[in-house]
Amino acid sequence: MNDRLETELRRGPDADVGVGEAASRLLDRALDEGLVSVAYARTDSPFGDLLVAATPRGIVRIGFLHTETEESVVGQLAERLSPRVLHAPARLDDARRELDEYFDGRRKRFQLRTDRALIHGFARAVLARTARIPYGSYLTYGEVAAEAGSPRAHRAAGNALAHNPIPIVIPCHRVLRSGGLIGNYGGGPEMKAALLRLEGAGVG
Amino acid sequence: MALPPFQALIDTHAEPVRRFLVATAGPGAADDCFQETFIAALRAYPRLRSGSNVRAWLFTIARRKAIDHHRARGRRAIPVAEVPDRPAPLAGPESPDGDLWAAVEALPEKQRAAVVLRFTCDLSHREIGNVLDCSDAAARRSVHEGIKRLREVWT
Repeated sequence: MNDRLETELRRGPDADVGVGEAASRLLDRALDEGLVSVAYARTDSPFGDLLVAATPRGIVRIGFLHTETEESVVGQLAERLSPRVLHAPARLDDARRELDEYFDGRRKRFQLRTDRALIHGFARAVLARTARIPYGSYLTYGEVAAEAGSPRAHRAAGNALAHNPIPIVIPCHRVLRSGGLIGNYGGGPEMKAALLRLEGAGVG
Repeated sequence: MALPPFQALIDTHAEPVRRFLVATAGPGAADDCFQETFIAALRAYPRLRSGSNVRAWLFTIARRKAIDHHRARGRRAIPVAEVPDRPAPLAGPESPDGDLWAAVEALPEKQRAAVVLRFTCDLSHREIGNVLDCSDAAARRSVHEGIKRLREVWT
């Protein structure tokens, strides 16, 4: 039959505006109208790419893309926070700048606000204490557990730190095993040691 | 199963939805309809039942936006002093380039949507029935009638 007709229909009509431009206008409008619950973007680091995500309240998640995939990090955000998750790099400009400065050794404190919506229960106390450990120093799991209110819960503290949704900004790399042993880290023990060296913590 | 991140819908469906709107609302109106479609979808998305056919759902919204556009344009139509004795040429300023897309625009709305969804956007008859709110068989008929009409007027 007349396959030229079907071929032309499949090819589709010419458009004035490309899909890239249309999508970028859509993103601007979605942000203006407050319809973006979670914005995310990738950024690079000396250890591999990071995925950074923020809600209107602050940074909610930093994922290490050398140990987990972008798809799984973004999928979890949709599942646990809201499915209105959009790739919106402009919303993460401040976060990406502060992270660059930190990895460069030019920033010792983050000014970023955090949204702790992904942190529950005992982990809230553990990570709140961890957030106050100064640059260049460290505590042990036992010390953090004690200061979070449960001296014998060093294992639970370790667990909370292992699932820290906002590493680097909540510096769980500053919590070590007793005796100065590095212990585990979401980005790998080498990365933890390198971060401590960057900060001049005198370990690793 | 949870709903996928909205970004995944944009990545997968923005291009076919845009093609649908260029073909059904015309290139001049397609971008506005595209924005309206995805903003409406983003607003409603958290209430969508997980496991729904997201593609058919998006095209259902897009079809409604294209229909709204035609209605609004109809209301804005400028009255003419004399009724022309021949119908106006099909290709107006809103028509995509070429006679084919003018002929597509001249189809009844349901046939137009069916043909564009089937060929330009590659939806199954079941999905088309979902978008047009009719059975698979009725969707098949609309595609068939539309194609038949196009073969008559476009060679």
